[in-house]
Amino acid sequence: MDSITTAASVVAAGLAVGLGAIGPGIGQGSAAQGAVEGIARQPEAEGKIRGTLLLSFAFMESLTIYGLVVALVLLFANPFAG
Amino acid sequence: MGFMPFVFPFAELEVGQHLYWQLGNLRLHGQVFLTSWIVIGALLALVVVGTRKMERDPRGVQNLLEFLWDYIRDLARTQIGEKAYRDWMPFIGTLFLFIFVSNWGGALVPWRLIHLPSGELGAPTADINTTVALALLVSLSYFYAGLSRKGLRYFEYYVHPTPIMLPFKIVEDFTKPLSLSFRLFGNILADELVVAVLVFLVPLVLPVPVMFLGLFTSAIQALIFATLAAYYIGEAVEEHH
Repeated sequence: MDSITTAASVVAAGLAVGLGAIGPGIGQGSAAQGAVEGIARQPEAEGKIRGTLLLSFAFMESLTIYGLVVALVLLFANPFAG
Repeated sequence: MGFMPFVFPFAELEVGQHLYWQLGNLRLHGQVFLTSWIVIGALLALVVVGTRKMERDPRGVQNLLEFLWDYIRDLARTQIGEKAYRDWMPFIGTLFLFIFVSNWGGALVPWRLIHLPSGELGAPTADINTTVALALLVSLSYFYAGLSRKGLRYFEYYVHPTPIMLPFKIVEDFTKPLSLSFRLFGNILADELVVAVLVFLVPLVLPVPVMFLGLFTSAIQALIFATLAAYYIGEAVEEHH
C-alpha cells in the first residue's frame, strides 16, 4: 500500500466513525429526553419506557456501527491496497 | 461459511488472523466452526438436561427453559401475530438462543487460554460470514412465509399503499439482510475491539465496566436480531384489507 492510500484510508476511517456518530448522538439525546419526560409524567410506566428506549437506542447506535464497519474495512481489509 | 473472494466479497472483510481449514476449493475459518459447535453443543446439552425428567412443577433447568419458552413465544406473538406465530416460533427461538449464547460465550469464556496455530477463538458472531448467513436465512424465511401463506398474493405487499412504493420495497429486500448482518457483526466486533484495546492500555480494573457494557449490548443485539426477524416475517404474512 503506498503512503497516499494509507493516509487517505486512515483519515477516511476517522471521518467515517466521527461523522457517523453525530446523527445518532442527536437522535439518542432527543429519545432520552422524550423518555425522561414520559417517566416524569407517568412514573409507573418506567419499566415499559425503559425497554422501548433501550431497543430504540440499539437501532440508533447501529448507524454509528455501520460507520465503524466502513472504518474497519478501510483499516484491515482495504480493497485499494495494491 | 467459505472463503470465496470473487463470488462473495463480504468474506474478505476480516480483522486479524484466522485458522484456515482447506476443504476442496474452500478456505474455512476454523475458529468460527469450533466455537459455533461448542455453542450448539452447550445449547443441546441444556435442552436435553432440562427436558429429561419433566415435572408438573418445573424446577431448576426445566424452569429456566419454560421461562425462555414464554419469553420467545411473547416475542414471536407480538411481532408475527396470533395466526402465524406458532409456525415461526422455533426459528425465532433458535436465532435468539444461538446469537445470545454466541455473544455471551465469546465475552465470558476465557478463549485466550486455548492457543491455536493462528487466529484466536471468540464469538462466532464476530465473523461477518456467520452474521451474513443468519441474515440470509431470515430473508429466505420471510419470502417463504409470505409465499406459502398467501401464494402470489404476497407480491401485493410491494404495491400495497400505492404502486409508488414498489422501488423502495424492492430496495428494502436487499437492505434488510445487509443491515441485519452489519448491525450484529459490527456491535460484537466493536465490543471485542474496545475490550482488547482497553486491556492493552490498562490491564487492570478499567476494562471491567466496559466488559459489562459489552455483555449488555450483546444481549440487546440478540434480542434485536430475533425481534427484527420476527417483524419481517410478520410483515410478510400480514393480511391487507
